[in-house]
Amino acid sequence: MSDTRKITVATCSLAGCFGCHMSFLDIDERIVALVDKVSFGRTPLTDIHTLHACDIGLVEGGLCNDENVHVVRHFRQQCKILVAVGACAINGGVPAMRNRYGLAECLEESYLYGVGVADPQIPSDPELPLLLNQVHPIQDAVKVDYFLTGCPPPAEAFLELLTAVLENRAPQMSYALRHFD
Amino acid sequence: MTTTDTFPRCGPYPAAAPFAPIREELTTRFGAMPDRLDLLQILVSIQHRLGYVPAEAISWLATNLGLSRAEIHGVVAFYSFLEETPPAPYTLRFSTNITELWQGQEANMARFKDLPNVRALPTSCIGLGDQGPAALVNGYPLPRLTATRLDAIARAIASRRPVAEWPAEWFKVDPNVRLAGPLLEFAFTPGALVERVLAAGDAAFMEMLRASGLRGRGGAGFATHAKWDACRAEVVPEKYVVCNADEGEPGTFKDRLLLSDHAELLIEGMTIAARVVGAKQGYIYLRGEYLWLYDRLNAALEARRRAGLLGAKVCGAADFPFDIAIHLGAGAYVCGEESALLESLEGRRGVPRIRPPFPATHGYRGRPTVVNNVETYCAIAQLAGIGAAEFAALGSQGSAGTKLHSVSGDCAHPGIFECAMGTQVSTLLDLCGTRDPLAVQVGGPSGRLLFPEEFHLPLDFSHVSSGGSFMVIGRERDLFELVYNFVAFFHHESCGFCTPCRSGSNIMLNALQRIRRGQGTEHELQIITEAAAVASKASHCGLGHTLGNPFQDLERGRPAVFQDRLRDSPDGTVLDLKRAVAEARALRER
Amino acid sequence: MTDQALGITIDGAAVPCQAGDTVIDAAHRAGVYIPHLCFHPEFGPHGSCRLCMVKAGGRYVAACTTPATPGMSVESDTAEIKELRLRITQMLFVDGNHFCPACEQSGQCQLQATAYGLGMQDLHFSPSYPKKAVDASHDEMLLDRDRCIQCNLCVRASDRVDGKHVFSLGGRGIETRLMPNSASGLLRDTEFSAEDRAAHVCPVGALLFKHDNYARPIGRRLYDRTSIDRIGNRRADDAAPGGSAP
Repeated sequence: MSDTRKITVATCSLAGCFGCHMSFLDIDERIVALVDKVSFGRTPLTDIHTLHACDIGLVEGGLCNDENVHVVRHFRQQCKILVAVGACAINGGVPAMRNRYGLAECLEESYLYGVGVADPQIPSDPELPLLLNQVHPIQDAVKVDYFLTGCPPPAEAFLELLTAVLENRAPQMSYALRHFD
Repeated sequence: MTTTDTFPRCGPYPAAAPFAPIREELTTRFGAMPDRLDLLQILVSIQHRLGYVPAEAISWLATNLGLSRAEIHGVVAFYSFLEETPPAPYTLRFSTNITELWQGQEANMARFKDLPNVRALPTSCIGLGDQGPAALVNGYPLPRLTATRLDAIARAIASRRPVAEWPAEWFKVDPNVRLAGPLLEFAFTPGALVERVLAAGDAAFMEMLRASGLRGRGGAGFATHAKWDACRAEVVPEKYVVCNADEGEPGTFKDRLLLSDHAELLIEGMTIAARVVGAKQGYIYLRGEYLWLYDRLNAALEARRRAGLLGAKVCGAADFPFDIAIHLGAGAYVCGEESALLESLEGRRGVPRIRPPFPATHGYRGRPTVVNNVETYCAIAQLAGIGAAEFAALGSQGSAGTKLHSVSGDCAHPGIFECAMGTQVSTLLDLCGTRDPLAVQVGGPSGRLLFPEEFHLPLDFSHVSSGGSFMVIGRERDLFELVYNFVAFFHHESCGFCTPCRSGSNIMLNALQRIRRGQGTEHELQIITEAAAVASKASHCGLGHTLGNPFQDLERGRPAVFQDRLRDSPDGTVLDLKRAVAEARALRER
Repeated sequence: MTDQALGITIDGAAVPCQAGDTVIDAAHRAGVYIPHLCFHPEFGPHGSCRLCMVKAGGRYVAACTTPATPGMSVESDTAEIKELRLRITQMLFVDGNHFCPACEQSGQCQLQATAYGLGMQDLHFSPSYPKKAVDASHDEMLLDRDRCIQCNLCVRASDRVDGKHVFSLGGRGIETRLMPNSASGLLRDTEFSAEDRAAHVCPVGALLFKHDNYARPIGRRLYDRTSIDRIGNRRADDAAPGGSAP
């Protein structure tokens, strides 16, 4: 990789909690060393909304609705390297715990019969994305190149990933960076 | 331990028959405090009489057998033919082996789907592949299901006609011998061969067995004399001989013929085995699908007892007490694996044991036990009659004797063919009247898928080993459906004990379903390949070791069958978006 | 005593054996860790998880059920065997619902630790998301069947140590599940107690204490810093390091 070209990173959070993004920011002052080498594409961190071709796509969260599926497929098309970030992207995580119930059951509990529900109705605005019958890991919809495990993955894992890509090698996650929790 | 039961045609079953009325019958049959090893037999008896196993029965069994309820529930849930929910008046179980699906079995099943008083369920091959499509009604076989016959059955169900009064013709199972050879034509006087062994001595028979080169007919082809030697070497008073009549490999039905028309030969062979290894008790483990053979097998055993050929002094020999009991299975393919069979024989879930130790030293009740296939025992009797040299000369190098093949599928003459070991696949194809087939599945789903370029291969232990299933696949058939059917079969029949088979078969089935829906990519193919490899390397028993065979054979021989179905996409497509949002769409429109 | 004449080799290193040893017995005594979940030194082999697969004489065998025969040459720590074990671990993960961040046992779970040890980062296969019944009826203990790996250890412990026969594995195939022994089928109505040995053998988070699960915080747990091949298959409530097998 030439010194003159920066690598571009896009990120998104699907069925996740933004915790992985927060952890990414825990790179703290080490980000200074990366500024010359990395720039952001689409990401909620800088509020850039348009996804262009880029080097790395960091996807947080699993797939819980059709919009998630479109976004992750778009990321796959545009990103040379697609990374599943965190437990939810890798195995569905906490959102996938709804998978033991039917979708109707979940919606009825949340919007019709649950404790404290006022004006019970299942949201049906056509603007809302359609929920999937089950939450899926992103690997169920796209090919994934690397995985950052953890809930969230530690900042050091992000750092190692970016460093490895800059050095044109595969990331090497130490024991402490491979936790699932 | 020699308790006999009887299994008349039953039904229509009442909605929830109480247990109390049959309790006395069970007590008479199995004793006030039955042996815990009889658990499965009692459950089968209850199931057949009431159509289910009621909660009171489980309480009664727990108390009287000294077992935990959990264990009894666990056993009931293991076997396909045992159920705790009150039954429909009639249960039709349609055999869903691929050859029968190709004969229209799906439509047959659908015909009964919404009718009252009847449940139409799929079941693994019921051993009637030569006269299918076939089904079981409340456990009894209905071969040759034509549209006319199905209409008549529907009328009988609609009018709640007792199954016992349905025409005998509906239940008639044809022996269907297309080619008889030295084994099926072997004639003898019952008891004469046992007497011959008694006169010559055990050691002399073992020498004959060794010299004959007889190998097991069930599929694995283990040298029979080695098994017996190991059992003979154990110096304990309590030993057993067990006949594996759990003919579950789809497409196999040659034991059906031996059990129904040659029981005398089987019993003669088992008696010789008992004499030679020193067993006093024998068991025939009869698959639940062959419940209809139970009463006639029992009659054959009773006749032998009356003739002094079973009992306290077999053939008058004061030092040779021996008797045989029949144990029924209840719908579990894995019980054909000999150590799973022994677990089932002891009344438990049919989970294969850790081996070693092997059954020959630690078998039934932990005692030395010889387990052989029906056909092997018949060959033992034949061997005693004709001698080692003549027996060995019937076969090919390393594969002595003849072999029974159950031929089904796309051919003019489905049925049973007795061929010399070493007969070429092409010869058998000619004999059964088939022209230019697409492929042949030999030895069932766990066996081999052969293509025309392999039809010159001999059917014997050195080339194409077979437990007796020979399914002819015609030009018009879709081999993908064959593999899908076989993987679904293994998935259904996996005992669930070990990870590679339990989880691996599930992974394979799900990926095949995606390919079948037109959603599969190279990713699916890779996943199936990997899961099959893990199962074949790391599984606990033969079921897991072989569940990848059909896929691997087809992928090797005709990779285009898969490639042509794949979508060209670099992505995993586990997620089918249209299907995945269907429910949400319906809810929104509600 | 060990007898050199009975010895085997594992990955080329000599491992002494005692009469009656299985491969895993000999390996663990010699300090050679072979991954496993259903084997336990107190309860012996079960042969179901298949994580201890090794290659001996060109054949794949389970180290916990295979007798160590004199002169046997065993391959364990090879790239091929490690990949096989990784795939088996991933099969266990997709066979159940293993959401580590939401599991009380995270950090002290032997399945998770095995995955760490094998460098597992993804599921590889698609998760099956089973829906087996959770039993929360008991005052002290919770049974989550979707975390159960069917190692049978609680069954064995209840049968052999507690003499209570609280559990049984029932059913078949992917429907195989733990069944508590009571008329209701609920754990509440069995004789099960948190004091039972059976309450202290689950290698995963299937059979959980209902209280005090976070007394030791995530990050300071058994396998958070130390890999399972170094400290062996242990539970947080095991008496002391080395109290259980490696």
